[in-house]
Amino acid sequence: MDWQPLLLTFKLALVTTILLLIVSIPLAYWLAYSKSKIKPIIETFVSMPLVLPPTVIGFYLLLVFSPSSMIGHWLHTTLGIQLIFSFKGLVIASIIYSLPFMVHPIQAGFANLSSTLIEASYVLGKSKMRTLFKILLPNIKPSLLTGIILAFAHTIGEFGVVLMIGGNIPGKTKVASIAIYDEVEALNYDSANMYSFILFIITFFILLLVYVINGSYLKRFWR
Amino acid sequence: MIQLILQKELDAVNGKMLLDINITIDQGSLVTFYGNSGAGKTSILRMIAGLLKVDKGCIRIHEKTWLDTEKGVCLKPQQRKIGFMFQEYALFPNMTVKENLLFALEKGQDPSIVNELIEIIELEQLQDSKPQKLSGGQKQRVALARAMVRKPEILMLDEPLSALHHHMRSKLQDYILKIHQKYAITTILISHDISEVIKMSDHVFVLDQGQIVKQGDPLTLLTHHSINNNVQFIGEIISIEKKENTQCIITLLTGANFIHIPIEEKKVQSFRIGDRVEVSSDVFNPVLKKIATTPNM
Repeated sequence: MDWQPLLLTFKLALVTTILLLIVSIPLAYWLAYSKSKIKPIIETFVSMPLVLPPTVIGFYLLLVFSPSSMIGHWLHTTLGIQLIFSFKGLVIASIIYSLPFMVHPIQAGFANLSSTLIEASYVLGKSKMRTLFKILLPNIKPSLLTGIILAFAHTIGEFGVVLMIGGNIPGKTKVASIAIYDEVEALNYDSANMYSFILFIITFFILLLVYVINGSYLKRFWR
Repeated sequence: MIQLILQKELDAVNGKMLLDINITIDQGSLVTFYGNSGAGKTSILRMIAGLLKVDKGCIRIHEKTWLDTEKGVCLKPQQRKIGFMFQEYALFPNMTVKENLLFALEKGQDPSIVNELIEIIELEQLQDSKPQKLSGGQKQRVALARAMVRKPEILMLDEPLSALHHHMRSKLQDYILKIHQKYAITTILISHDISEVIKMSDHVFVLDQGQIVKQGDPLTLLTHHSINNNVQFIGEIISIEKKENTQCIITLLTGANFIHIPIEEKKVQSFRIGDRVEVSSDVFNPVLKKIATTPNM
């Protein structure tokens, strides 16, 4: 059996999750505390991957990333980056595709924290940054963990977006879900089953972890 | 000297309310804001702390201007040197008692004040515990100590004692007085308990509907009657019992105490269960005077 698609899947999920965490904390912070008028619009954009068919996201990213579009052309000529049919392109697409799974738990975590904790930190002379890192984030650890795990699991389960912009290049864009489709097309049910079974087991345990954490079975551990 | 001129339109329960005060507070004194809930007490503290925007006014603390809407001066909460004790304590759950206090230190400040304060509030034993393991009174003491770590110019306590039992309350009042005296810090306390106001403060501001309606020495201001040899208290009638002869027994609830008062049957006619009454006695002769009728009868 070829392990490369599985390894590629986990590499993609790991890179995506780390970048998502960095992007989502400021975004979730803004969504939780801002009173801006454009907030509903941003919230809608963040949530859209939940309901849009992945092929729609993939299709538009394909248009944007393609060298014939303005952005794709600029990326290609000035930065030398080609996003279509490349791992980098997959990472960017996955970040967009899994964004709500990371942002929503963190945003809910912020919103559930008592606002007096923030005020207490401010009146003790602490900056917003320090308050974020010393007070807010340590007190929403379960939300952060939920976001990390859900985003990771969701990226593993990606298919439509990858197919649209990544194609099926072994070692570059052929992730496990694509490999399964490939094997079934070629009537290799045994290896399709191997990939499927491994993904099945792994996602089961990842999600089990989320429910264990959310059911506060691990509260003692986090406190 | 602290000068507060504050104007702000607040959203109260029954529509808009204009908070409009102009007061001065002596340096090093302990003053109370007394009044019903919704009178604007907490809003004043939040405005001093910079947590609530002021429509118009100025705040001068010991010659420093924290806020002047006319000159466009408005310091951020971080720049105002205040100690603020929130009603719900607001201890950081991810830190131990000691860490909560250490977090409050300013850059380069001598950390020995942390141990000193832990000693004053007598929580040496619990300094490595997380806040959720503490009782309400202990949390309160931590919140008080944490507010003092920066040696603020002004200490503000937002109804710190309302959630506590009587015994804990008087103990905490003593901690507050101890800290107030030791650090000679100007302190503002919010309270709606007359005995607390009288025990704690040098000066009381009585607030109603966003206005200061009275101010002065708490003892003369808040005790309605001149002090004399009579015993006086107010209670609510909870039962009227007929006894033999022409005697009746009225049971009163005053605070948490029940009191039986014997009274002649012909006098009992005017009293009903639920009436509020004032009992006064020149030692041996209780006299019952109705001050309010029960509304439903």
